[in-house]
Amino acid sequence: MNWLSRLLPSVRSKDQKKDIPEGIWSKCENCQSILYRADLDKNEHVCPKCGFHMYLSARSRLLDFLDKSSTAEIAAQVTPVDVLKFRDRKKYKDRLHDAQKITHEKDALVVFEGALKKMPVVACAFEYKFIGGSMGAVVGEKFVQAVNAALAKRLPLICFSASGGARMQEALISLFQMAKTSAALARFSEAGLPYISVLTNPTMGGVSASLATLGDIIIAEPKALIGFSGPRVIEQTIRQTLPEGFQRSEFLLEHGAIDLIVDRRAMRSKVAGLIAKLMNCAVPTDPELQEGEDAVRQS
Amino acid sequence: MVLQCLDFEQPIAELEEKINELRSLHATHGMNIDEEIKKLEVQSKELTRSIFSNLKPFQVVQLARHPQRPYILDYIPRMFSDFDELHGDRHTSKGASIIGGIARLDEIPVMVIGHQKGRKTNEKIERNFGMGRPEDYWKALRLMEMAEKFHLPILTFIDTAGAYPGIEAEERNQSEAIARNLFSMSTLKTPIICSIIGEGGSGGALALGVGDRLLMLQYSIYSVISPEGCASILWKNAGKASEAAEALGVTANRIKKLGLIDEVVEEPLGGAHRNYDEIAARLKQTISKHLVELLKLPAEKLVQERYARLMSYGLRDDS
Repeated sequence: MNWLSRLLPSVRSKDQKKDIPEGIWSKCENCQSILYRADLDKNEHVCPKCGFHMYLSARSRLLDFLDKSSTAEIAAQVTPVDVLKFRDRKKYKDRLHDAQKITHEKDALVVFEGALKKMPVVACAFEYKFIGGSMGAVVGEKFVQAVNAALAKRLPLICFSASGGARMQEALISLFQMAKTSAALARFSEAGLPYISVLTNPTMGGVSASLATLGDIIIAEPKALIGFSGPRVIEQTIRQTLPEGFQRSEFLLEHGAIDLIVDRRAMRSKVAGLIAKLMNCAVPTDPELQEGEDAVRQS
Repeated sequence: MVLQCLDFEQPIAELEEKINELRSLHATHGMNIDEEIKKLEVQSKELTRSIFSNLKPFQVVQLARHPQRPYILDYIPRMFSDFDELHGDRHTSKGASIIGGIARLDEIPVMVIGHQKGRKTNEKIERNFGMGRPEDYWKALRLMEMAEKFHLPILTFIDTAGAYPGIEAEERNQSEAIARNLFSMSTLKTPIICSIIGEGGSGGALALGVGDRLLMLQYSIYSVISPEGCASILWKNAGKASEAAEALGVTANRIKKLGLIDEVVEEPLGGAHRNYDEIAARLKQTISKHLVELLKLPAEKLVQERYARLMSYGLRDDS
């Protein structure tokens, strides 16, 4: 599960950004356009030039997605522990510390209970900049707590995934989070509640092969890399170059793996509409003016 | 069958060669060197014991992948009677890298499912080296759901380097195939006992590994990623596989200490490949013991306890 192969380009692009004054300007990873940061924020980090869906932090994604001032964080106190005292070229403890400093998150999953166009929901999102959004014990536990919170109040569950896969530094414990989260979803499914899984760039390995592909409805953002094995591993195994667009959202839609591809800027309305139908609710209405939301986003 | 020796077994191999030479001398020249042979045999056993009591994790990895290690098709005739192999995912494929079928464990009818790596080149190709594709996991799920319907306990035998990384496997949604097995196995209303008999390679292993009991053979391994893969990512050097195996803690005893498995089944001196009958008998005895316990539980309690076990993964005592 090569979460790092996905992490590497982002590390590289960070280096490239060094020649851009920080905070004001940003660069599109896809078309390389220099973008005014405020414009990008207003556009939910979708490149205004080429439509590429850029990285978005877990917390801003959820705050953008849910109704304003409706949110309460769930399981915020769960923190990672280096049970195995894992050490490669760097101590896992130090990697955790660095990731916490960069992201201001305790681990790679953020969970909120809130409202989506006035409908109460539980929503969670992966923080990709936290060790490649990898799933260890904390991500597994927080996801289960999200499921349980939704189960207790009979709410729909939404998950935005962005992950390289299982977290190697937690060894077998991380592998077993796949079983743990899938089992929780089996129980959730038995309760007849909708689970919407939104796949964002990238969703690979152990996360793809568990909670991310178990949605009643599976949505992907455009051109997201989604798959089980990393492209490099496949290339090395079959000794062939991979076809254009392999493992991208459009490829998955073509092969029947996902229900639909939705632009990030339309996600809120689309998911609200789907959930309202699955829960047999009236057509949802937005509690806020669009301008109001934008103002909050920029702040 | 001539035993194939791993590098760290070389001193044992040399001693055994010497013993064989003496034996042939004994046979051809009628020389009476019985005592000498006996002495060397004792010495060889001692040496084996001492080498095997102090194995490094990566040496265990090598044993788990030993080309002569017994596979599920070696265990089936030794552990079960009346085995009927069942094939196919019902849609696309025979699903040959995962064996499945109904057999009897003593008197009890059971569903047997497990990876088969393949021994000779032809079989390896037919079995895809034991690396499951989506259709193999679909087939496994079909058989497991049938087992639930007819109240057959499910016994899985895990031995795979991992799920197959290929274009077609991705096209057919490898991720979902694995996820669906994890999802469904967590609620099947029949006992499930999973045994790691060789390599427990990541998601491809876990897809047959959700159950009420998890057993590991002494020299089997279970890991989130291969030591080589981990080394090339975290150390940027596949040559550091030995260090990675150490850090990942892939061996049965280490995993048992973490409380992630129920029991380690001890292997014959020198590893399972030195005595198929003995390891099969030991594994059968261990599985039977656990199955008797599980069969006493009502289905609902069984599933409840399985759920509690899954939820406990990763939770710490202090949390």
